[in-house]
Amino acid sequence: MTATADRKSSEGSQPVPAPVPPVTVVTSYGPWRTALGQLRRNRAAMASLVVFGVILLVCLLAPFYASTIAHTDPFASNVAGTTVIAGQTVPVLAPSTTGLGLGVTPIGPTWDPTHYFLGADGQGRDVMARLLYGGRNSLLIGFFAALLCCVLAGITGVLAGYFGGIVDGVLSRLLDVVWAFPVYLLAISLSVVLLTSGVRIGPIFIGAGSLWLPVLIIGIVYIPYVARPIRGQVLALKEKEFVAAAIGVGSSDLRIMRRDVVPNVAPTVVVFLPLMTALSMLTESALSFLSVGVQPPQASWGTIINDGLNLLYTRPAVTLAPGIAIALTAVALNLFGDGIREALDPRARLRGGP
Amino acid sequence: MARFALTRFGAAIFVLLSISVLVFLIFFANPGVDPAARIAGRNADQATLAQVQAEFGLDQPLPIRYALMMKHLFVDRDLTSFVNRGVLVIPQIVQAVPVTLSLVLGAAVIWMVAGVAMGTLAAAWRGRAADPVIVLVGVVGVSIPVYWLGEVVNLVTQSRLHDSVFSWVPPLGYVPLTQDPASWALHLLFPWLTLAVLYAGIYARVLRSEMMTALDEDYVRTARAKGVSERRILITHALRCSLIPIVSLFGLDFGALVGGSALLTEVVFGLPGVGRLTYTALQNLDLPVILGTVLYAAFFVVLSNAVVDLVYAALDPRVRHV
Repeated sequence: MTATADRKSSEGSQPVPAPVPPVTVVTSYGPWRTALGQLRRNRAAMASLVVFGVILLVCLLAPFYASTIAHTDPFASNVAGTTVIAGQTVPVLAPSTTGLGLGVTPIGPTWDPTHYFLGADGQGRDVMARLLYGGRNSLLIGFFAALLCCVLAGITGVLAGYFGGIVDGVLSRLLDVVWAFPVYLLAISLSVVLLTSGVRIGPIFIGAGSLWLPVLIIGIVYIPYVARPIRGQVLALKEKEFVAAAIGVGSSDLRIMRRDVVPNVAPTVVVFLPLMTALSMLTESALSFLSVGVQPPQASWGTIINDGLNLLYTRPAVTLAPGIAIALTAVALNLFGDGIREALDPRARLRGGP
Repeated sequence: MARFALTRFGAAIFVLLSISVLVFLIFFANPGVDPAARIAGRNADQATLAQVQAEFGLDQPLPIRYALMMKHLFVDRDLTSFVNRGVLVIPQIVQAVPVTLSLVLGAAVIWMVAGVAMGTLAAAWRGRAADPVIVLVGVVGVSIPVYWLGEVVNLVTQSRLHDSVFSWVPPLGYVPLTQDPASWALHLLFPWLTLAVLYAGIYARVLRSEMMTALDEDYVRTARAKGVSERRILITHALRCSLIPIVSLFGLDFGALVGGSALLTEVVFGLPGVGRLTYTALQNLDLPVILGTVLYAAFFVVLSNAVVDLVYAALDPRVRHV
């Protein structure tokens, strides 16, 4: 700081005490705080965060929208219902006028948030309300699957990398097998078997049709994507002097892992979290589209796209809206994830998903 | 090279065995529900259950059950569907394979060519407007659900603009290459483009960053000092070295495509390939078909990955010495 600056700041009549001599030592912040500062300056990442925040908030307000604004039950079919458009009472599901006149055509978007903003689906349910409820499930599954994946992958990667030898041999082979198994095929196999019966893991029982089933399945199939890079990092860390020093002073394995290894791989895990959330959400939507993800009457963005499959040419909004929601969320998460990666770990390389 | 090939195929065989065991455990050794009931389909009668029980040896110990499953799948190939009574599964899969391969290989050619072209241009024009656009296309590529994009393409080409711009687009479906090559290509054009558009962006992005690194290398500086033209540096020097990681990425994605996105694309475009077979089986919970398609597709993916790794090793001798 220069004298001019000091004089400017001390405008007024009071004499100021002698200025502190300029400090040349810049206080250094921890790596997390430095990264946060860098992330804040990344405009694309911050904009993505805002977009994601808005989507999340709107989806969380789903029950409020359904009960207070649209006055509809998004999970009950409304085959015989009617609604009022421009003063006229019209059926929600009108008899089809095209082709053989069989089947029904649900009403299209009214662009009026109080009823059928995006129209109705084949069962006369409000698509907008279902979109919001579906978003809650898609985001929930995406986030928790990514969290589960990162935690399990972190543990696997650290154990395999740190202990080496037979532990590494077994864990790495397991990862290789899951890695080589195409993700969707593995997820389909697990889903088709578990969805009808549920699964018991120790004391926890996840019932058939539960949302935690896709979380579990998606979390597991992506473990190698995260565990392999972490294992590599731990292998490199083990060669570092500070680990040798810790061994030298007689620290236990647990302590070395906790104090020296985990804090160093934590940034990688954090980098993966938003990217894996996007990937998990996309996988969930694909599985739901194939009818082995979220089970009815629950909705997710994938199941709504599936609902709209038969209405594609007559009522495209049913299909278009959830797809746009998925794409927007995934782009926001990916750009935000790229921002975190640049801030924390510029060398990390990630592979794109399906 | 021979040693590398041997170890690589040894690893592939280990993985194949492990995957088959994993699938076996998922389908046949999951506690809780009787596997016979699941394989026989919904509301099966007692006779069918007994038949399944005998066919898969469900009262026998696990290793024998595993052997029986593998025998039905790969030796006798007499796995039958219980939902569509008596339909043999394996011939169905064999019949569907050319469709899936047509889809995937065509898309792969398009996305490799487009991705390499876009990536090279982005690297040549770094700092200009096209560069961030390509980066963004790459991000959007990993973010759009492919089956949804397929539906949007259908909406436009089959319905909304079908009477004007896209009147030449044939209805959804598949025509075998041997029957009518032109019609084959026309039917597959939009499925190819749908799959390729997303991957081209990712490849362009990866290639761009690889080429940026390569352009800062000493050999490029030397080439410049010799007076080699910029275009030649870009193509014969930087691009050639940057293509190596693209090959390995291609191996991974090709496999992921066969076992994933292609499955979804086939459903959307009504292509009677392995993916659609799996989809209809999932709708009816036709477990023998799912078992068959999953294992056959997984095996194909593992083997094609091994082949790509060999190509990679042939291109880059450093890989052989790991």
